Amino acid sequence: MLLSTALFIIGVLGVMLRRNIIVIFMSIELILNAVNINLIAFSYQLQNGIGQVFAIFVIAVAAAEAAVGLGIILAFYRNKETINIDEMSVMRW
Amino acid sequence: MIDTYLIPLLKILFVLNATLVGVTYMVLLERKVIAWVQVRLGPMRVGPYGVLQPIADAVKLILKEDITPTRADKWVFTAAPIIVMVPALITFAVIPFGPVVNLFGRQVPLYITDVNVGLLYIVSVASIGVYGIILGGWASNSKFPLLASLRASAQLISYEVAVTMTLVSMIMTAGTLSMVKIVESQYNAHLWFIFVQPVAFVLFFIGGLAETNRAPFDMAEAEQELTGGFHTEYSGMRFALFFLAEYANMIVVSSVATTLFLGGWLRPFPNIAALSFLGIIPSWMWFLLKTFVFLYIFLWVRATLPRYRYDQLMRLGWKVLIPVAIANVVVTGIVMVLF
Amino acid sequence: MNQAIAFYVLSAFILGFAVLVVSTRNTVHAVLYLVLNFLAVAALYVLLTAQFLAVIQVLVYAGGIVVLYLFVVMLVNLKRPPEDHSAPQRHSWIGFGLTGLVLLELAVIIAYGSIAAPGPANAQNTDLAMYNVEKIGMLLYTDYLIPFEVASMLLLVAMVGAIILAKREL
Repeated sequence: MLLSTALFIIGVLGVMLRRNIIVIFMSIELILNAVNINLIAFSYQLQNGIGQVFAIFVIAVAAAEAAVGLGIILAFYRNKETINIDEMSVMRW
Repeated sequence: MIDTYLIPLLKILFVLNATLVGVTYMVLLERKVIAWVQVRLGPMRVGPYGVLQPIADAVKLILKEDITPTRADKWVFTAAPIIVMVPALITFAVIPFGPVVNLFGRQVPLYITDVNVGLLYIVSVASIGVYGIILGGWASNSKFPLLASLRASAQLISYEVAVTMTLVSMIMTAGTLSMVKIVESQYNAHLWFIFVQPVAFVLFFIGGLAETNRAPFDMAEAEQELTGGFHTEYSGMRFALFFLAEYANMIVVSSVATTLFLGGWLRPFPNIAALSFLGIIPSWMWFLLKTFVFLYIFLWVRATLPRYRYDQLMRLGWKVLIPVAIANVVVTGIVMVLF
Repeated sequence: MNQAIAFYVLSAFILGFAVLVVSTRNTVHAVLYLVLNFLAVAALYVLLTAQFLAVIQVLVYAGGIVVLYLFVVMLVNLKRPPEDHSAPQRHSWIGFGLTGLVLLELAVIIAYGSIAAPGPANAQNTDLAMYNVEKIGMLLYTDYLIPFEVASMLLLVAMVGAIILAKREL
């Protein structure tokens, strides 16, 4: 459990401190992985299959979110030619 | 002690050696077979009937100068051929070459290990091999290899979907993911699965051709396309490693097809006792024979069919193979419920 | 004993690669470290006898999602220099604040909850490990059928959405 907390913290720091939006997305994947590790660890401890089933769903959701997020990034990049999130977050054209 | 550490280690060493030797001689076999199809003789000078030709090739490639492009990413450039080769080799850990056999008074199973998710392990390891191709093109730091590698990897991941769907229908037929139990279920069903699922066999074969970048789907590496594809900048041993990895992938696909569809190490008609004189040929020999048949078909197809254009290739994968694979899964499900 | 050593080694790898992911300048290297991270996590799952999930992790995460990331990085990076070193001080206090909050929550849980040691390996315990795939399959299709169907809907919607977002002309 400590492992997954540490991974989670690293992921959150990554999301907060980097400006390259692709790295931000990857840090989100790290957070999701940390959650999965936690789920599997508990499933192993309590010998209950629920944890693994839930982890499968988390992986599926992460896949969907990564696909859509990367599509958004591509569409954005085509319009604005930047991947720096500071320049992206300015809401004027 | 011996059983848990020494025997698997010996088996790993044996399989690795056999694979590497086999892969090296695939080079010769390919040139010979293509030559015979084209009514000529192939390599004949080096050694009797050209048997020593791969050794000459290996020596030549090792002695070539190892060029790294100046602004290429050194670590990634070095790692890319390794990333392509390793998945091809570690797949052999779950392929069953034969049943439990009595060797020197010990019961030795003729496979390295029996993972209970064996088939899925093979698919997932194959999807890591895609990285080597993308990174090979990227690390060369020049436009043509990069574009070629992106096209090649797009082809690979598209056909991965079709192959995985086909494997799902095979898993439903066999009822298990473990490779050894798939062979055993063919023994129990008295029938090789190729007769149960001919559509899946054809799909798997076509998908396997595309997955290993083999003709007629070899856009990625053909010399006439995009100045040599994703391994333009590689020379010497690294180039050799890419090619050996491709042949190793071919052997893997053939082995998996043998295990899934042709009954692995079972002799033909394994349940009819009248034909038990065929049991003289040991089980792993049957496995090798069947794998060899597949490899021969691979080479035969390469010598015969013209190359697909890239958009035709992608269209075939997405619009033809995937719907047929999904239909196959549905029909398998319906048939299994009804009977 | 062996298991503990393996766990610590794997944890070191996982955390090390994760730190490298968030701290590398070069985006392509960060993606590669992410792949290695996922492979180490899959090895951890095998250690925790969740073999099916380990293979799914490699197949979907490491083999699919990260390939997607690599594609986007290459399409985006073709002319853009890596990000320059602008001031991180504006955001970092939020990051550290959130970290402190999570640590506080974890401390509360450890103090008030109880973490049982893994149970002894009796006949019931090895069931999940040995017949992993079958048991998960049973659970997915009987108890958790509705989330399963909802997840497939979600994936379908995401697929359509991603295609529409990435097309050049509509």
